[in-house]
Amino acid sequence: MDKILNFEHKQSAHCENGVVSNLLRYYGIEISEPMVFGIGSGLFFSHMPFLKVNGIPVTSFRPLPGIIFKRISKRLRIKFEKHKYSKPDIAMQELDKNLEKGIPTGMLVGVYHLTYFPVPYRFHFNAHNLVVYGKQNDKYFISDPIMEEFRTLTYKELKRVRYAKGTFAPNGHMYWVKESPGTLNLEQAIIKGIKHTCKDMLKIPIPMFGVKGIRFLSKKIRKYPEKLGAVKAASYTGQIVRAQEEIGTGGAGFRYMYGAFLQEAAEVLNNPALKDLSYEISGVGDKWRDFAVITGRIVKNRNKADESYDAAADLLLEIADMEEDFFKKLKKSIS
Amino acid sequence: MKATEVPQDDANMMQGKFREPVYSLDENGNYTTVRSVGWDPKNEVMQEAWDAINEKIASTREKVIAGELSPIAYHLEKNLMDVGLLAKYTGLWKFKVKRHLKPRYFNKLSNDTLLKYAEVFELSVSELRDLSLVRSEHLPTTTEIKNG
Repeated sequence: MDKILNFEHKQSAHCENGVVSNLLRYYGIEISEPMVFGIGSGLFFSHMPFLKVNGIPVTSFRPLPGIIFKRISKRLRIKFEKHKYSKPDIAMQELDKNLEKGIPTGMLVGVYHLTYFPVPYRFHFNAHNLVVYGKQNDKYFISDPIMEEFRTLTYKELKRVRYAKGTFAPNGHMYWVKESPGTLNLEQAIIKGIKHTCKDMLKIPIPMFGVKGIRFLSKKIRKYPEKLGAVKAASYTGQIVRAQEEIGTGGAGFRYMYGAFLQEAAEVLNNPALKDLSYEISGVGDKWRDFAVITGRIVKNRNKADESYDAAADLLLEIADMEEDFFKKLKKSIS
Repeated sequence: MKATEVPQDDANMMQGKFREPVYSLDENGNYTTVRSVGWDPKNEVMQEAWDAINEKIASTREKVIAGELSPIAYHLEKNLMDVGLLAKYTGLWKFKVKRHLKPRYFNKLSNDTLLKYAEVFELSVSELRDLSLVRSEHLPTTTEIKNG
């Protein structure tokens, strides 16, 4: 079977947003990455000391994988068809059938065996999204939102990444637009998205999430050198920066993206207050970058515990205050 | 952040395979994206993470050569796995995989079980068994990994 769909690819900063945006464009719905991110309430913060990966507590700047996707389809009333397959060969057959029918198909893959990825980025991370839009001989045509251009994978390579193992194992999961709504009711969806993010950042009554979570991390990080010793403290801290700056996640990057969303939202809702706030959140993003600079230095001098930990903790408190103020104003501006 | 201030610190982490779009503000106060080749603080933590991985691979190899661990332990580290993940890829129980890291269990493994490991590591069974391969394999530094 040879079939290549006329699919337009746009690069994005985060794979989940990017795939949704690219898939919808195929059906004539133009919706930007920041819009998907904002409506899907992709901005978040959590620090969970008891949940460890490789023995290091998890700090995250995003909701769990798949959540943005779920929310966007609900809030914009787009029907997606979703399937997992227990047999890899069947999963590949079903993909071929979709392509035959002219359906660009999104799917989850692991990045460790993704041959076109730069090697330093190839860890066992399984919640990466991409779209397959064509097949010619043994080659599948891939729109990977992280990449600037189209890529290809062989049958064997694609099958392997679709059946990566471990946390968030994709099990051949694929999804596609079943019914496109034609026109979108953006206004309502934007307001829902903003409200949800404000609630996530301000109101969750557990100290590990949102603004409270940032203060919680500040308290922890201040005690790291004393409690853990220099080397372990540095590796704990390194995890935070990696979570903050690695592709697809990002503390600062997400704040900037949220600013872009608010600027677009200001136009759609004809609400100039949102435009002012779009600049304010850019300033918060800058503070997160300052935090990355300090913690980066801690990681680099990992053999001695110095006063940088206090500076990092202080900066987090400052960020928490800024974000608390910001999300309160944001909530007010749409109510 | 202003578009003109988006950092372009290239440490070859992305190997020229892509640049990362960064949302930033242009001179008219409109959000736009600028593609970045990297940023020093991020490059440094990635470097550190890879250095730690490479150190662990090297020290595990020493233990394999000294006969304290089986070759599976070395290939596990080289593939950035842990026991749990390797168990999932091989379809074996976790406690069994843990056992197979010890030479005295490894040496008694059946060909079928060895084949399961060998397939995951993309080796032949005889390569998996071959200690001289472990000994002679060149371990790339982080810089060599980046420059591929």
